[in-house]
Amino acid sequence: MTIRDAIAWIRDEVDPEGRQWEEFYRNRWQHDKVVRSTHGVNCTGGCTWNIHVKDGIVTWELQGLDYPELEAGIPPYEPRGSLWVNFKSPLLWDVFAISTYLLVSAIFWYVGLIPDLATIRDRSKPGWRKRISSMLSLGWDGSARTWHRYETVYLLLAGLATPLVFSVHTIVSMDFATSVIPGWHTTIFPPYFVAGAIFSGLAMVITLMLIARKTMNLENYVTKKHIERMCLLMLSMGCIVGLAYGTEFFMAAYSGSPYEQFVFKNRALGPMSWAYWTMVTCNVFIPQLLWFKKVRTILPVVFVIVIFVNIGMWFERFVIIVTSLQRDFLTSSWAHYVPSIIEVATLIGSFGLFFTCFLLFCRIAPVIAIAEIKGVPHLKKPEKNPEKISSKVEEKTA
Amino acid sequence: MSDRVLLATFDHEDDLLNATFAVRQKGWRIVDAFTPYAVHGLDRAMGLKQSRLTYVCFVFGMLGAVGMLSFEHWVAAVTWPIDVGGKPWNSLPSDVPVAFEAAVLLAGVSSVLALFGVSRLFPGKQPHIVSPRTTDDQFVLVIEESDAKFDVSTVNLFLQQFNVIETEERISNQGQYS
Repeated sequence: MTIRDAIAWIRDEVDPEGRQWEEFYRNRWQHDKVVRSTHGVNCTGGCTWNIHVKDGIVTWELQGLDYPELEAGIPPYEPRGSLWVNFKSPLLWDVFAISTYLLVSAIFWYVGLIPDLATIRDRSKPGWRKRISSMLSLGWDGSARTWHRYETVYLLLAGLATPLVFSVHTIVSMDFATSVIPGWHTTIFPPYFVAGAIFSGLAMVITLMLIARKTMNLENYVTKKHIERMCLLMLSMGCIVGLAYGTEFFMAAYSGSPYEQFVFKNRALGPMSWAYWTMVTCNVFIPQLLWFKKVRTILPVVFVIVIFVNIGMWFERFVIIVTSLQRDFLTSSWAHYVPSIIEVATLIGSFGLFFTCFLLFCRIAPVIAIAEIKGVPHLKKPEKNPEKISSKVEEKTA
Repeated sequence: MSDRVLLATFDHEDDLLNATFAVRQKGWRIVDAFTPYAVHGLDRAMGLKQSRLTYVCFVFGMLGAVGMLSFEHWVAAVTWPIDVGGKPWNSLPSDVPVAFEAAVLLAGVSSVLALFGVSRLFPGKQPHIVSPRTTDDQFVLVIEESDAKFDVSTVNLFLQQFNVIETEERISNQGQYS
């Protein structure tokens, strides 16, 4: 494949006469005849399907809907399938997992902001900022009774969010693991995805934090010690991810399945091996530098390492999805993957959406939880135990 | 029961904690305290009971899990059972992930809504702040002037040892101190 082919969509933009990708969609739905057929595998109904054929190849199909009515009061046999969603499908589990994750994370984030919004309300002059923070701080007055309940609920949310993270990444991995595609059909996927998510999440958080810390002068709040600890956690996650890569190869060799073995040989030595070795280098080899305290404390070096991890984790998803799909069971369905203009635009757009939201948040809301920082015992006396204090008070008052 | 209260303002968390504990030992009734952040140990010093919001979380979490499991059972095995290759209609393991998500969602949302309900927090509420600095850097203790024995000057003198910044008498009117 030449570079010219790989960037076909750019050529289409520059030279619209070609516009081959439009032709692709036109061809997609073309057919020269329609025949009746049915689905055989695992299906007892034998419902009619109108099969649209072009040059002897099935291009698409529609349900025929010509099953007779069975009996009054019994729902029609077609469309085959329940009126309900399929609760046995990991794709549906994913819908529930991601939407719950989104909602609970958003609530957790907002509840954490309420006391800080009240501080903004009471400190700002009359104007739009005061009006909006008044509305959003829900009349927070800093009452100790409210704080007491608030702390309880905040702890509960933290406790709920932690298993939620595990469940979300486990369920995402099941989208792959419950399919039959070689390279996806493995039981190691849930822990592998959870470790990968923590690994890439830490890398992204450190990336953004290092920039925000520098540009917003937060050096006294986000200290080198914090970053060093996060680097250690990231290193341990990187090692778990590296172990998972090795385990995948071992299981493929041990399985005796030629398809599975082929997929992993193909990943490491096939046409996409450059993506595989980029992933391994960025995720497993480069983070090993973090074993050295010197490296962990030089922040520009940490920044370069986390950028590599971001790239590596992007390639992990690329390798899992692309290399398995472009070489599956039948050699007739092998293909070489080239991103379409839509895919590239989606990638750029998702970056744009994320950074727009992130920068707006940095601009408008407090980036550091003010009420939590105020409680950090810089200037506090060591004694905090009320029992101890009370005996002291007794002495004083006696 | 008098509706007069005494507001004592402090600059430091430890002063507030010591004063709260001592005031309660003296038998004076503490109405509330206002602090810019969660002062750990203040709940014990004030003698607040453990919050019952954990029960709300547990009950709604269980409701989410059991409710979603029953719904999945009803969908798959009662109202519209489909025979797919002889597989069982009601396969419990495949119902677990969605039931777990429903449990977490209901537990989380209900705890927060219960917190808002119990603490009377809602959008557009006019906060009854005793001083604008209580959400910034000052701590205020509200003591009830409960009976005739309550002598403001004694209390003032007593609070001096806890570095009280100022004390002020106000009328209490359903959570508002004016």
